[in-house]
Amino acid sequence: MNAVSVEHITKTYLQKEQKKEKKVTALDDVSFTVDKGELFGIIGPDGAGKTSLFRILTTVLLADSGKASVEGLDVVKDYRKIRDRVGYMPGKFSLYQDLTVEENLNFFATIFNTTVKKNYELIKDIYVQLEPFKKRRAGALSGGMKQKLALCCALIHKPSILFLDEPTTGVDPVSRRDFWDMIKKLKEQDIAILVSTAYMDEANMCEKIALIQKGNILTVSSPEKITSEFDQPLLAVRSDDMYQLLYDLRANKAVKEAYPFGAYYHVIPEDANKTKELEAYLQQKGQKDLEVKPIKANIEDSFIALMKKND
Amino acid sequence: MRVLLFLLQKEFLQIFRNKTILAIIFVAPVMQLLILPNAATFEVKNIMMSIVDRDHSSYSQKLVEKLRSSGYFILTDYSASYKDGLKAIEHKKADLVIEIPAHFERDLIRHSKADILISVDAINGVKASVGGAYATQIISMFNRDIRAEWLPATRYNNAPMINITYSNWYNPLMNYKTFFVPGILVLLLTLVGGLLTALNIVREKEIGTIEQINVTPIKKIQFIAGKLIPFWITGLVILTIGFIISALVYHIIPAGSFLTIYLFAAVYLVAFLGFGLLISTYSNTQQQALFVTFFFLMVFFLMSGMFTPIESMPHWAQVLTYFNPVRYFVEVIRLVVLKGSSLFDVKRQLLVMCMFALGFNTWAIVNYRKTT
Repeated sequence: MNAVSVEHITKTYLQKEQKKEKKVTALDDVSFTVDKGELFGIIGPDGAGKTSLFRILTTVLLADSGKASVEGLDVVKDYRKIRDRVGYMPGKFSLYQDLTVEENLNFFATIFNTTVKKNYELIKDIYVQLEPFKKRRAGALSGGMKQKLALCCALIHKPSILFLDEPTTGVDPVSRRDFWDMIKKLKEQDIAILVSTAYMDEANMCEKIALIQKGNILTVSSPEKITSEFDQPLLAVRSDDMYQLLYDLRANKAVKEAYPFGAYYHVIPEDANKTKELEAYLQQKGQKDLEVKPIKANIEDSFIALMKKND
Repeated sequence: MRVLLFLLQKEFLQIFRNKTILAIIFVAPVMQLLILPNAATFEVKNIMMSIVDRDHSSYSQKLVEKLRSSGYFILTDYSASYKDGLKAIEHKKADLVIEIPAHFERDLIRHSKADILISVDAINGVKASVGGAYATQIISMFNRDIRAEWLPATRYNNAPMINITYSNWYNPLMNYKTFFVPGILVLLLTLVGGLLTALNIVREKEIGTIEQINVTPIKKIQFIAGKLIPFWITGLVILTIGFIISALVYHIIPAGSFLTIYLFAAVYLVAFLGFGLLISTYSNTQQQALFVTFFFLMVFFLMSGMFTPIESMPHWAQVLTYFNPVRYFVEVIRLVVLKGSSLFDVKRQLLVMCMFALGFNTWAIVNYRKTT
């Protein structure tokens, strides 16, 4: 039995734009499965349909068509049973800001008919960091602490699946790393985790990822496999005049694609063997401190390539 | 049941932690009960009067003295001509002008007939009509005194006279506060029931906590009950505080039984909690909820008979008041507090209120299901 299985799910919203009702497709015939105990990432830009998918799986939104099940339970028919078993952490901090850390945790334990004591083992590692602030109101916590509390509250009833909707959006880099460490530890407890994110670099933390764009799933695979399937040569290029460099690259017919990536431009040439010619061309254009090196593709390169193909 | 208890505990914790809400619940009623009945008086007093005395006789002096000593009028202007008197009204120095024409005394004695002109500033309708009526009454009393002076009462004097005596039932001293304070109690209960519930539920939507709650096994009915019960209790507590203040400050003790009032209040609160819930299902932000509730409550209050008698409204407005839940409670609380009506006397209103309670709550729950 899969932890999650999604079959041909479609969801559209009606949006009023200039007095005309417009259909906006949030999810377009989406299918994938998540194995038990798997750390599954749903990666895509804002507005790709990640939150809609999460809301359907957590039974708070109805799909237009298609079937979805969590732990073998149908999201429409058995929604009550599913709610007992899943932990959900919405993208926006959704705990009671006027209750203290302790009160929030107790409250969520109680409504799931359990106690903090019973499942303390599960949240112990995270809660020890919160312990000094347990009498503080949730609204007064720092961003990172709020997120830890939200995770604790989502875990307190010992769910078999955890849904984390953009947990690292708007969190500082150190807290982000901490958070992924926590998630990895949770995986050892045999909890399936579905996490959505817009940060490509976080894809490598997952065992399996689904790349999603405009409601379509581009690919579902392990991050290693996705990057290894990148079948084109790739160069990283930089110089002291980055602005002019992009013009020059895009003006060259031997360059298929050039886009910024960190301190470099990633360039897909027509021919992998003509790197020397490209370098000579750029030098001739007056680029100083030029650096051209072949590199291996990462997830973002794959995603951009898949996106292009999909369009 | 255990879940509900925890929801209630959480709700009370939040209410007691929110200083603003706490103030609204407990300080506002006290302030309103102490200030409103004393300030917003129905009695018209301190009417500014401009006298144009063109006669300067002993009778005209007497009449002015009589008006001044009545306690309702203040002589603020003494003009030489009617024109100047009107100017005083224009400059807000007078509310009415009384002109006593020349030869007033002579005409009165010789021809047994004299005229007096009263002009009233009618910008404030209540002040104008009441002020005018007071003046007319005082002048006619003055008239009677003169008649008595000139027609000595002999046993042959058979001028017919009706002597009127009257008594005020249920409010012997005609104290308007006795009448007004119960109305304010209704106003307070309505605010807590309607407004606070709507705001509280919409707040969960606005902050996003409802997202998290929706994914838990809490049943909708538990969630709703968890929201309504605290404000139901709060409402009854406010009513009690209100009655304590009315007894201590205004010496108003219901002539009827408290049980009748509390029973009616309990049903009334359920109706308004349903109303608040209904508003909350249609609003996404506290601002929306606040303005929608405010609109309805304003209409409900003004058309409840709390401030102006329903009987003097035009027919169509009277028909509309039948759909106003506030109307029934204002009616009932006055009946019970002043007249001592029993539960049996107000059974019709209670039945209507039960229907309101059922109607609002059903509508709210149906709509709540549809939206989430």
